[in-house]
Amino acid sequence: MLQVTDLHVTVEDKEILKGLTLTINAGEVHAIMGPNGAGKSTLSAVIAGKDGYEVTQGSITFEGKDVLEMEIEERAQAGLLLGFQYPVEIPGVKNIYLLKSALNAQRKARGLEDMPAPEFMKLVKEKLGFMKMDASFLQRAVNEGFSGGEKKRNEILQMLVLQPKLAMLDEIDSGLDIDAMKVVADGVNSLRAEERAILLVTHYQRLLDYIVPDKVHVLVDGRIVKTGDAELAKQLEANGYEGIEESAA
Amino acid sequence: MSDTQTFLDTLKKRSQQREAEPTWIAARRQAGAARFEALGFPTRRDEEWKYTDVRSIAQGNFALSDNADFSPAQAAALTLPVDAYRLTFVDGVYAPALSDVDALPESVHVLPLSKALSENHEAVGGPLGRLTGVEFSSFAALNTAFMEEGAVVRIAPGTVVDKPIVLQFLSRANSAPVMSHPRILVEAGGRSEATLIEHYCGELEAANFTNVVGEFMLDRGAILNHYKLQEAPLNDMHVASMHVEQGRDTGYTSYNLNLGGALVRNDLISDLNGQGAETHFYGLFFGQGRQHVDNHTKVNHYAPLTFSNENYKGILDDRAHGVFNGKVYVKRDSQKIEGFQSNQNLLLSDRAQIDAKPELEIYADDVKCSHGTTTGQLDEEAIYALRTRGIDEATARGLLTLAFAGEVLEKVTLDAIAERVELAVAGKLPERFNLAGLVETAVALND
Repeated sequence: MLQVTDLHVTVEDKEILKGLTLTINAGEVHAIMGPNGAGKSTLSAVIAGKDGYEVTQGSITFEGKDVLEMEIEERAQAGLLLGFQYPVEIPGVKNIYLLKSALNAQRKARGLEDMPAPEFMKLVKEKLGFMKMDASFLQRAVNEGFSGGEKKRNEILQMLVLQPKLAMLDEIDSGLDIDAMKVVADGVNSLRAEERAILLVTHYQRLLDYIVPDKVHVLVDGRIVKTGDAELAKQLEANGYEGIEESAA
Repeated sequence: MSDTQTFLDTLKKRSQQREAEPTWIAARRQAGAARFEALGFPTRRDEEWKYTDVRSIAQGNFALSDNADFSPAQAAALTLPVDAYRLTFVDGVYAPALSDVDALPESVHVLPLSKALSENHEAVGGPLGRLTGVEFSSFAALNTAFMEEGAVVRIAPGTVVDKPIVLQFLSRANSAPVMSHPRILVEAGGRSEATLIEHYCGELEAANFTNVVGEFMLDRGAILNHYKLQEAPLNDMHVASMHVEQGRDTGYTSYNLNLGGALVRNDLISDLNGQGAETHFYGLFFGQGRQHVDNHTKVNHYAPLTFSNENYKGILDDRAHGVFNGKVYVKRDSQKIEGFQSNQNLLLSDRAQIDAKPELEIYADDVKCSHGTTTGQLDEEAIYALRTRGIDEATARGLLTLAFAGEVLEKVTLDAIAERVELAVAGKLPERFNLAGLVETAVALND
């Protein structure tokens, strides 16, 4: 589904990713872990299309298409969705409008009609309930005045409504207390499906107790230095990244 | 030849063609001409015109239109789809064929000024010019000198007008530019309630000069919702001098929506003369190309226990220039008043410009007043965030621009108007931005 090959990325002339290769297949949940500054957030930002990241070498394809040639919105319409570490506040734009515009933009790109309002509301209501959010959220401006936990839940809510093919979640656990983390993890787990893949980017192993990955990659200094299963995350928790860096060196 | 002379010559020619008229009109016309001649056109040395250069008007040579020919199909396309009582003027000339006031109840009079004068000129003579007289400004004086046509609206006490009253002003793409000096006179009787819509629009290539004067008198307990929607043509010049007088317990709301015009200047003043009077000024100005849009507002709290709230938003693109000057005046010992004012501006391009100046003048000690002005750009992070959800860039920019305008636009309860403004400001969006209906559905589903 997603194929990242020998990816080199520079930010402000500094090379952050130095030949990263990663394959994610449908149905899989991957976790990328690594110390601060290893390039974890750079990877998801480049895949989503954020400005300021220069790809100097390598490729990213999604279902065979060249992601780097796609506009930001085309990537989302194709089913590549990024959940932000720091979701931005958008004053004046109601959540309901964001959800509706985004869903219909995606449907339009796929040659579908707009979803009829009653069907849309039924869908949103169901997902809201799942994320333990009440309907008043819909009328509030996107993330405006939201607590950290509410912002993260809102990111997952968008995922549940938009049903991406590949959901990338950047540090979705940061700043969450244990109860909020459970709600977020339940939301993510509900996305697990044969036709869908999930990429978690995280600093801590804690999240992976709730969302058990099929594969864990350790990203150090711009490269994936080790890949294993969920056990690897536990080892990292016990031994830290230093051992890995040494064994990789 | 001085700038004023061209206008005075046109006036003289017109006077020679005109049939005899009541002495009071002739006298006011003369007073207007004299005042205009003495003042001349304002220059940027005048504090009130510091940011607005009116030479494009002053140096123009505008004829007066003598007919109201306009294709009905074209007019229909411009007309707001609102079920309303409607008077239409074409380049200032009354167009009966494009008007519809037949079904008016007896308690409401909506008639062209020319007809009001011919039917009973004395009834007009009293109120006309009382609020926006020749002293108001050079433009108001010029209007008085030329006044011939416009609208007279009288609402009997206790009457709730069932439909909005629309005054539609169409501007044509003439071979040579024309000017018009409409007058709007509204007398709202005690406890009456009405919605008035001034709508300025026209052919895209038009480049005419409209110099309108409005006088709005609200008797005790009257409520008036006043929309002023001014759309393309983008080359029109538009000056409006509006003065509102509010008696006790009256409610006046102005929705001043400026979308068109090469040069636009609005002066809006409300006098709160009686306790319990309340005024709301909502403004939205959108400039593109080289448009210049200037809004000067003033609220005079002449009585205690009065309330005013003002919220003006400006959106400027390309090389457009906006001006906002809002004054709140509290007379000595007008205690227990509240006056709030906010002006926020959004610059969509590096070359767009805004001059904003809020002013408070308070001579009472027990008051609650605030004002503030801000200017900023669209948040690029927010645009990115919306695009990562699949929303294309143009729509994302449109959404954020509309979101900025939201505080003002959500007060616009007439969908036909809100839609025009949305389209002009944000381009075509997937659906109506205001999704109040949808949210209600959501709440209902939750029950």
